[in-house]
Amino acid sequence: MESARKKLGLIVNPIAGLGGRVGLKGSDGAEIQRRAIELGAVPEAPRRAREAIERLRSAAGRFDLVTCPAEMGEASAAACGFAPAVVGSIRPGSTTAEDTRRAAAGMLRMGVDLLLFAGGDGTARDICDAIGVALPALGIPAGVKIHSAVFATSPAAAGELAAAYLLGRAARLREAEVMDLDEEALRAGVLAPRLYGCLRIPYESSLVQGLKVPSAAGEAASLSAVAAAVAERMEEDCLYVLGPGTTTRAVAERLGLRKTLAGVDVVTRREVLAADAGEAEILRLIRGKRVKIVVTPIGGQGCIFGRGNQQISPAVIAAVGRENIIVAATPEKLQALGGRPLWVDTGDPETNRLLAGHVRVVTGHREEAVVRVSG
Amino acid sequence: MNPELTAIRGPIVKPALRRFHQARWDEPIIFELSRPGRRGILVPEAEPRMKAAVGDPMAGIPDNMRRREPPRLPELSQPQVVRHYLRLSQENLGADLNIDVGQGTCTMKYSPKIHEQLARLPEVADLHPLQDEATVQGILEIMYRFEQILKEISGMERFSLQPRAGSAAIYAAASMIRAYHESRGEAGRRDEIVTTIFSHPSDAACAATAGFKVLTLYPDDDGYPDIGALKAALSGRTAGLMITNPEDTGIFNPRIREFVDLVHDAGGLCFYDQANANGILGITRAREAGFDLCHFNLHKTFSTPHGCGGPAVGALGATADLAGFLPVPLIEWDGRRYRLDYDRPESIGKVNAFYGVPPVVLKAYAWVMSLGAEGLREVAEIAVLNNNYLLRKMLAIRGVSAPYARGRHRIEQVRYSWKQLADETGVHSEQIGLRAADFGVHYWTSHHPYIVPEPCTLEPTESYAREELDEYAAILAHVAEEAYNNPEIVRSAPHNSTVHTIDHSVFDDPEKWAVTWRAYLRKHGVKQG
Repeated sequence: MESARKKLGLIVNPIAGLGGRVGLKGSDGAEIQRRAIELGAVPEAPRRAREAIERLRSAAGRFDLVTCPAEMGEASAAACGFAPAVVGSIRPGSTTAEDTRRAAAGMLRMGVDLLLFAGGDGTARDICDAIGVALPALGIPAGVKIHSAVFATSPAAAGELAAAYLLGRAARLREAEVMDLDEEALRAGVLAPRLYGCLRIPYESSLVQGLKVPSAAGEAASLSAVAAAVAERMEEDCLYVLGPGTTTRAVAERLGLRKTLAGVDVVTRREVLAADAGEAEILRLIRGKRVKIVVTPIGGQGCIFGRGNQQISPAVIAAVGRENIIVAATPEKLQALGGRPLWVDTGDPETNRLLAGHVRVVTGHREEAVVRVSG
Repeated sequence: MNPELTAIRGPIVKPALRRFHQARWDEPIIFELSRPGRRGILVPEAEPRMKAAVGDPMAGIPDNMRRREPPRLPELSQPQVVRHYLRLSQENLGADLNIDVGQGTCTMKYSPKIHEQLARLPEVADLHPLQDEATVQGILEIMYRFEQILKEISGMERFSLQPRAGSAAIYAAASMIRAYHESRGEAGRRDEIVTTIFSHPSDAACAATAGFKVLTLYPDDDGYPDIGALKAALSGRTAGLMITNPEDTGIFNPRIREFVDLVHDAGGLCFYDQANANGILGITRAREAGFDLCHFNLHKTFSTPHGCGGPAVGALGATADLAGFLPVPLIEWDGRRYRLDYDRPESIGKVNAFYGVPPVVLKAYAWVMSLGAEGLREVAEIAVLNNNYLLRKMLAIRGVSAPYARGRHRIEQVRYSWKQLADETGVHSEQIGLRAADFGVHYWTSHHPYIVPEPCTLEPTESYAREELDEYAAILAHVAEEAYNNPEIVRSAPHNSTVHTIDHSVFDDPEKWAVTWRAYLRKHGVKQG
């Protein structure tokens, strides 16, 4: 029996957490970075990365650590007594998102067993771009804004979970959401994350979310029940506009269709007519046809129309009709809203009024919840 | 403290909180203790004359029903079995050992020991369910009388004592709703049961098992079942409403009569799940609220006791219009003798074998007779008083809150939230419950739904004295202060208990859980020899 030594990849985004706005307006980071430092901001990410790496000491000697030069990992690892293999090159003091993506792609090529990264939502998106679900990954929360589910509850928890995974104690993986910020909504003063993609993360309930929430396995079972329930009521000769999300993707998978995760797709029971369709294309495809919309609320905030699925516009909703909207969600997702209602913000007050009231949400096989929608 | 006693003995100095320490035996699973050939009892060989008289006892058993190999039972001696279970019992925090208010929704009241003795008398324990009616007139009389008591408590016309659990009664109620619509030719059309998210979870589960589609109402902003959602849910497909009141939050739905009327107007029936009846005995009745059906858990409300899934009775009641559908048998009295009536053409039939669990009914009957009608009402009043006393003590603790119905009294339980404490300290509700075990009490967070964040549900019943509730609250107050000042001691708790940590991630994984040893071996890839 071959017992290959595990390899852990480490990427630190040194500018994560450097003053709130840096993470949010990603592109012109270098300028804002300098200003943040001038204003006295201290880089948080390296310190938080060290907190995580400290927890890996118990497993030291049982895995190899691979990281990026200087402040992108090498320095944090060395501060904790590790002598990592260092790959790639950076320009210290002016790292960019591109450095993160290139480093992650390199780790993927090397075939590390787990990629541990320190940063925020922006870093998670860069990692997601580079590795998708090809490689298990886990976030050390170090950014100002953490909306993605790929982060451990604390840096220490990230270290513990990574160690547990490397030692084979937490062998299960789950897909977890990477969130993007809806910048348009943000400018209007609304913090409304939307789904960007997924990473595969190791799972141990107490370390990635609050105790007593159902495990990855329980959640997966609920999701497959919801998907089956929606799929079985889908009719021949009817078009379905599937909103973004893992729930609607599971519905498509149930029918053997490939759905985009973050896009709106138009499908029948048999085929995908349009992947990642825009409003105009949706309107063209559904004209004169029987059509239904399948959407799922955004986890944690409960929006069903107007965040991340604006393609399903008031015009589309009017053409389809309220009675032909199917809302689907696992009971876990509804319960995680803590009793808050679902909501819509389509940009059109009349459409919002139409959708407000109570909606039946498919929550499983022959199970529905009746939930209030505020418009 | 008695001043004379203090004068003689001096003040007794005890710590404010008990320094409890649980036994730890590292006791293996009983299957792991097994050694081939060990026996508890050696059954003597039958005498030749008897053998000859009986012949081959296996001859009457069809070949395809015979075991090919003996069952894989553990093989141990008697003292090994006694030690095994005594050790396990010491690794537990049982209802007779701790202030057992932490199992909210379970109604862990004290069950008088004398009632256990009564149920173990040979006259009861040796009864056989196949005995002729003429030879069991005594127990039938007790069951008949107990039915009259339940009728009075609920206002219903008839009760069946046949279901052997709360969920069996609720399943029977769902089956009766189906049978009622079938009798009116509407069975296919009326296929939806409405319930609420904070109702007893059996209401949704049993309705689904009986073949209904289940619509669950979420609460409104005040934590009450959302009447707007009810209106949106009702239609020509509505078969009925199955609802608990007070709900598992301890909040009584004051609009329950409106709920019932709306469902009746839509052509549905209403079943009142009375799992939470302990705070309303003698105060409200199902019939006056307009319900068609209701049930009681004798093992909760009527102290028989709550036996961890053991023998129980879910007594199921119906109005005159629906009594014909009740599970058989009902017990009839013709002025001369009691008899089991199986001849009820509209009945949904039996939901268990035979006619119920007579020892449980006997214990419930003894409990009611020892209290009387006024005593039953006093049970409810003290249970509500105890709960609201504990509510006040709890709300004085840093970091805890009672979501919904702010400033209002609760009925017999409260679902609390430690969210503030968790936000401020990173310590979770579960960890607080585990740390409390270091002082000899415990709570479990709560059963689903997980809407209230960081929950804990306390139900003190009528069985605890004020100083016991004070002790319980003092323990939680102490642990909450630790969470703020020394969170690590709470996070790493319990320190004085048998089992320190368990892996939650596999609890609801169908690939990992195992309720039998055989399933465990199979799912975890252990070859069976």
